[in-house]
Amino acid sequence: MNRSDLLTETEARELASRILALSTADETEVSVGSTWSGNTRSAVNRITTAGEVENTSISVTARFDRRQASVSTNRLDEEGLRAAVDDAASQARLTPENPELMPPLGPQSYAESRGFFEPTASLGPDARGRVAADAIRVATGKGDLTAAGFLTASAGAAAIANSRGMFAYHRSTSVDYELTVRTADGTGSGWAGVAHRDWSQLDIPTMHARAADRALHSREPTSVDPGNYPVVFTAAAMSDILGLLAGSLNARSADEGRSAFSAAGAGGTKVGEKLLDEKFQLESDPVGLGSPPYQGDGMPLERQVWFRDGVLEQLSYDRYWAQQQGAEPTGFAGSLRMGGGDATLEDLIAGLDRGLFVTRLWYIRRIDPRTILYTGLTRDGVFWVENGEIVRPVHNFRWNDSPLTAFASIEALGRPERVSSSREVPPARLSSFHFSTVSEAV
Amino acid sequence: MQRRDFMKAGAAVAGGFALNGRMLAARSLFGPSVSRSRATIDPVLRELLLEAIDAATAAGASYADARTELVLRQSIRTREDHVAGAGESASEGVGVRAFVDGSWGFAATPEMTLEAVVRAARTATAVAQANAAVQRAPMTLAPVESYGDVAWTAPHEIDPFSVSVEEKADLLLRLNQVALKRSGVRFVSSGVSCYRTDKTLATSTGTVAAQRFMRVGPYMTITAVASDRSRFQSRGSVVEPSGYGYEYVLENMTPESVEVWADEAVGMLQADTVEAGDWDLVLHPTHLWLTIHESIGHPTELDRALGYEANYAGTSFLAPPSEVLNSFRYGPEFMNIEAERITAGGMASIGYDDEGVKAESWPLVQDGIFVDYQTTRGQASWISEYTGNERSHGCSYASGWDDIQFQRMPNINLEPNAHDDLSEEDVLAAVDRGIYVEGRNSYSIDQQRYNFQFSGQVAWEVKGGKKTRMLRDVAYQARTPDFWNSMAVIGGPQTYYVGGSLNDGKGQPGQSNAVSHGCPIAVFRDVNVLNTAR
Repeated sequence: MNRSDLLTETEARELASRILALSTADETEVSVGSTWSGNTRSAVNRITTAGEVENTSISVTARFDRRQASVSTNRLDEEGLRAAVDDAASQARLTPENPELMPPLGPQSYAESRGFFEPTASLGPDARGRVAADAIRVATGKGDLTAAGFLTASAGAAAIANSRGMFAYHRSTSVDYELTVRTADGTGSGWAGVAHRDWSQLDIPTMHARAADRALHSREPTSVDPGNYPVVFTAAAMSDILGLLAGSLNARSADEGRSAFSAAGAGGTKVGEKLLDEKFQLESDPVGLGSPPYQGDGMPLERQVWFRDGVLEQLSYDRYWAQQQGAEPTGFAGSLRMGGGDATLEDLIAGLDRGLFVTRLWYIRRIDPRTILYTGLTRDGVFWVENGEIVRPVHNFRWNDSPLTAFASIEALGRPERVSSSREVPPARLSSFHFSTVSEAV
Repeated sequence: MQRRDFMKAGAAVAGGFALNGRMLAARSLFGPSVSRSRATIDPVLRELLLEAIDAATAAGASYADARTELVLRQSIRTREDHVAGAGESASEGVGVRAFVDGSWGFAATPEMTLEAVVRAARTATAVAQANAAVQRAPMTLAPVESYGDVAWTAPHEIDPFSVSVEEKADLLLRLNQVALKRSGVRFVSSGVSCYRTDKTLATSTGTVAAQRFMRVGPYMTITAVASDRSRFQSRGSVVEPSGYGYEYVLENMTPESVEVWADEAVGMLQADTVEAGDWDLVLHPTHLWLTIHESIGHPTELDRALGYEANYAGTSFLAPPSEVLNSFRYGPEFMNIEAERITAGGMASIGYDDEGVKAESWPLVQDGIFVDYQTTRGQASWISEYTGNERSHGCSYASGWDDIQFQRMPNINLEPNAHDDLSEEDVLAAVDRGIYVEGRNSYSIDQQRYNFQFSGQVAWEVKGGKKTRMLRDVAYQARTPDFWNSMAVIGGPQTYYVGGSLNDGKGQPGQSNAVSHGCPIAVFRDVNVLNTAR
C-alpha cells in the first residue's frame, strides 16, 4: 500500500462519470475520495501503536425535484456502485420535499490551491518511529521525564461532480504532531504541538525541547486564587478560543434572533459594529492555506473577511440563505487566518507585568450561545509571570469566558503560526481572562 | 492486487468477492430487511478470517485476531416543516491484529479478498515485530476460553433499517408541528440516527463470533425566542440514544412528550436567574448519567490511570492502582457502581468483546470503596496482584474495521437504593432548599477527572421538599471525590433510568464508542452553583 494509489484527477473523473452514468435521477451529485493515513503513538516512553490505513469511498446524492437523499459506500465494484446509486434514488423518492434545496451548479472555475506536499505523503512508519524515539530520548535525557506523543500524517485525493457538468478535484496532505511530557513524580506536565501541510516545514527539535522544558518547569505547582488575570496564550490556546467565535458566524442564526450576533429589537444583526479590539483581524483563506477551493456542492470558495480592525464585516451565508436575504453566499468560516504581529511568544511574556502564561486549553464546552460563553480548563503548563519573567508554575484552572470579551481585550499579538493544516493563528497577550476555580489535576 | 487495480477490475468481480474460487454472496446493503433480524456466521467470511489468522501465526504471531465489520449508518434531519437532510453510509473491511513478543501490530484493508487479508495479516505481524524490538516492558495476555462458533444479536423488536425513510420523516415532521403549536416556540429541529453493525471476529484462541449491534439516536431541539428578541432558550437532549431497535424511538418520541418539552422551552425563557452559591442538588437520572460517565466512567479506565492516554484524554486521579484499589473512598456506603456489558438495550452490551472475551458484570465501587478498573486481556495482569483476578473484564473494542481495538468503557451504572424503593417525591422530601436539574447540557472535566462543571437542560427550585419556580443560568462545579461523598439520598428502582452517549471519544487516532449509564434520582448536599449569565 502506498500513496501512489491515491486517485489521480483522470481516475477520479472516470470513476465519477461511471457513477453518474448509472443514475437515472433528475439530478445526481457524486463525491469520490481516497485517503491514506499513517500514525505512530507513544506513551510511558515507548511506542504503543502504529498503523497504516487506506480507504476509498464514494457518495451519491440523488434528487427528484425537491426530494433528495445521499448514500456512501466503500464497496467500489460494479455491483457496489450500482447498489449505492439505486439506493440513493429509492431513498430520495421516499424522502419528503426540502423546499430549501438549491439547484445544482454547472461547470465552475477554481483558483489553484496547492495543498499536497510529498514530504508528508511519504512520511512512513520508520521515519515516524525515529521521531517518537527522539522525543523519548529528549525526555529521558533531561531527567526523570515520561513522553507520550502522537504523530499522524495523511494524504488524500477527492473529487466532486454532478449531472450538470460541474467537476472539481483537489489533493492535499496534512501532518499533526503533539507531545506531552510528564514528570515521574506526577506533579509536572508540558505540551507542545506542531502542524502543517508540509512535513519539511516543521521544527521538531525545538518542539521536543519546549515540551520537555515546560514539564520540568511545571513541577510542584502552587495555587493562585481564581479571578480575572492578564494572560499570554500560546497560538494553540488562541486557536481554541478563535474556533468558538468562528463557529458562531452563521448569518441565518443571527437573522433568526438566536445568535450572539442578533441585534435586539425588531431584527437585523450586528454586522458593521465594532465588537472586538481594533487589532483583531480574521479571514478565511482556503487557497492560501492549501484547502479545497470549493465547498461540497462545487461552489468556489474565495477569501472572505469576517472581522477587520475589530469590526464585524459580514456573517456566513450558504446558498439558500444568501438567496433569501439577497446576499452573496460565502461558505463556512473555515480555513481561518487571524492577523498578528511580529512578536515572539517570549516577547509577549516579557511584556506581561503580572499574570499567567497558559500553554494549552482543554475540554471546552458551551454554556450560553447568547454570549458565546464557554467553560474549559488549562493543562500541561500554567505559569505565574511577574515583571516579564516566568517566576513559578501554578495549578491548572477552570475558566469561564467568551471570545467576545477575550478578543476585546487584546494587548499584543505575536507572529501567526500554523496550528493545523488549515488554520493560522498568533499567540497573544490579553488584558483579562476569567479563571473561575482551581483544578488540582496535572 | 493494489487498490486501484481492484477498482479497475471492478467489472471482473461483479456478483461477489472471490475467495478460493468461492464467492461471497452479493449482499444488498440497504435493501429491505426483516423487522427482527439476527446475526449468523457466514461460512465464507469465517474462512477468510481463519486464513488471516493462519497467515499471522505463520509469520510469527503468538496470538492473532481478525475482524470483519459492515457498518451501516442512516440519518434523517428535519427543521420545522421540512426534511433538511437524509443520508446513509456503508463501510466494510477487515482488520487484523497480531501479537509478537509482547507487542501489538495492526493492519486493515477494505478489500474482502484472500490476497488482501493475508497481506494485512503479514503487515500487522511485521508492525508487531518492529514494535517488539523497542519494547521495554512486554505485555502478557490474560487467559480466555475457547467458545467455538457463537452468534449474538442485540435484543430488538424492530430493526431500524426495516423502517422506511418516509415513515421516519413523517414521525419527525408531525412531532415538529406539535412543538410549533406551543405559543412562544419559534424553531424546532429533529432527527434520528440509526446504526447497525455486523461484526464477525475470529481469534487464534478458538472463537468465531458473529454479532449484530443496533443503536438508535432520536433527537429534538425546541427553541423559544422572546417577542422582543431579547432572549432565546432551547430545550434539547430530550431522549437519550439506546442499543434497542426502532421501537425505542416510537416509545419515546411521542406528541405528549413533545408538549412537555415545548412547555419547558417557553418556561425557561421566563424563568428567574439563579442565585449563585452552595445549593443542594436533586439530579434527575436524565442528567446524572453524564456526571457518572465523566467522573466515574473515565477515571476507572486502567490505561488512563497508567499513562497510556497522557497526550490526549489525559490520566486519572485514581492512580497508582496499588494505592487506591480497595482503599479509596469514592462516596458514601450506599454508593455501588457496577460495570457491565450484558444489559438489554445497553449500547456497550455485547455477547463477546473484540478479543473474544465473554460479556460480564463486575463492581467498580462497592459500599463506597473503589475496588476495580475496566480491563482488556493485555491489562488484567497489571492489577491482578491487587484484585486477585487474572482475567479480562471484556472491555476490548474497536469503532470500525479500520481501527485497532483497545480498552473502551462498558456500561457503568449507579445502583438504586437497595433498602428502600424511594419515589421521586420521597427523595424531594429530603430537600429543604435546592435545585432540581434535568437533562444533559454543558459538561466539562479536567484531564485527571477532578474538577468538573455541568449544567442541565431545565432546572427548578426545590423548596420545602417540592419543585417550585423554574431557574435558568444554572451550572455546578465540583471536585469528583467531594461531589460523590456529598451524595445524601438515592431513589429506589422505580426512579431508575438509562441514559447514554452515542459518541464517546478516546485514543489517537480518535475512536468513537457508544455506552449506556443507568442510575436513580439522587440528592447531593452543598454543591457550588454558578450563575452563568453573570
